[in-house]
Amino acid sequence: MRVAIVDTGLCNVDSMWRALEECGATAVVTADPSVLGTVDKIVLPGVGAFPDAMAALAADGLDDAIRDEVTNNEVPLLGVCLGMQLLATHGAEVRDCAGLGLIDASVERLESRSGERVPHVGWNEVHRTGDAALLHNIPDGADFYFVHSFHMRCADPADIAAATPYCGGFTSMVVRDHVVGTQFHPEKSQTYGLALLRNFVEM
Amino acid sequence: MLKVRVIPTLLYRDVTLVKGVGFDARRVVGSPMQAVQVYNLRNVDELCFFDITASPQRRGPDFSLIDELADRCFMPLTVGGGVRTLDDVRDLLAVGADKVAINTAALDDPELVRAASDRFGAQCIVAVIDVRADPQGTVTVWRDNAAHDTGLDPAAWAKELEALGAGEVLVQSADRDGTMSGYDLDTIRRVSDSVSVPVIASGGAGTFEHMHEAFADGRASAVAAASMFHFTEQTPMGAKQYLGAHGHPVRV
Repeated sequence: MRVAIVDTGLCNVDSMWRALEECGATAVVTADPSVLGTVDKIVLPGVGAFPDAMAALAADGLDDAIRDEVTNNEVPLLGVCLGMQLLATHGAEVRDCAGLGLIDASVERLESRSGERVPHVGWNEVHRTGDAALLHNIPDGADFYFVHSFHMRCADPADIAAATPYCGGFTSMVVRDHVVGTQFHPEKSQTYGLALLRNFVEM
Repeated sequence: MLKVRVIPTLLYRDVTLVKGVGFDARRVVGSPMQAVQVYNLRNVDELCFFDITASPQRRGPDFSLIDELADRCFMPLTVGGGVRTLDDVRDLLAVGADKVAINTAALDDPELVRAASDRFGAQCIVAVIDVRADPQGTVTVWRDNAAHDTGLDPAAWAKELEALGAGEVLVQSADRDGTMSGYDLDTIRRVSDSVSVPVIASGGAGTFEHMHEAFADGRASAVAAASMFHFTEQTPMGAKQYLGAHGHPVRV
């Protein structure tokens, strides 16, 4: 199983590489769009700011290559943290900006409701709202590691796979066909995080 | 519910791991790789790794070391020490740091915090504030490993760092570092009340009760500790069991 990790030059690709190898995949870090056509799966990892990440993807032609592989060749794609947000139609971090448009959603700043601190940093529960294959063998409400200030708001509730109780509750996982996204960092969430990545590698 | 975090801190100098008392008189506590592996096995919430001689020696982070350590870390890793440029931040993230701590450089060039936050996102920029009290009890921000007084008020400086784009603030008491006599609760509470980003309490933890106080009285989101975990039988898991029994949400 070959998995490409898309490198925007802004994020911690090394952690994701190590975690995927631990899960039995052959992971390759790349910023070369032609490599995406040679792999079984794609991971779009992420820290970084939305507009910079989109600009970095566009500069290398990675945005079109990802859309092409996912749409025309049905290559499974996992977006993590900012990588999940980039799946959306548009984002509002720093300035309004178009995303990859693979999930009909917008990305908005977390708004504190009852004194919650933002960024949302630390371990919090992930409650499934559907039957995502990625969460198999993981207990409902398991803690995963989050570090983010923005969240995805889906236009179609059917795309929401899990939610997390913070700032009034937000979508912490999306699934549409073979496109999935996690707002948390599975590569940094120890046992359950590795279980989720193993599910992705094996799906 | 968001859990409170218990964070072991590893201080690194040259090729050994050390534990300080009052920011000097450091003692060697073993190899950083061993420590990282132990904490990974113990499923800790997060790990802080500070290269404490980088800034005084006017050098940057040791990227290859961080690369090796991060490979063993399936938990969040915050790395600090010698971070002075946007490239330092980018390269640390690239080798596996999840968050980058900026201390001295933020005092020299506050715009670095803004630029790093704009580029890489506020969530991965941790501003570190070293504090000391004078004989009258007035607490101020110190720099260069807490060797020089800046005269700045910690709460005011924290607010400024938040405005610049810091996603977290770590308040570290140089007076209490390594003493295991408890956190500087007053300063931690003042900083917590002045910002809306998470605050990490550091410096002085000796007992689980001290950690309880940092959350209950200091209103911290996370507690960091070094000596307590390196030199006593107390473990991060023990701390979380105690904190859970005292009403704090914990991940066990």
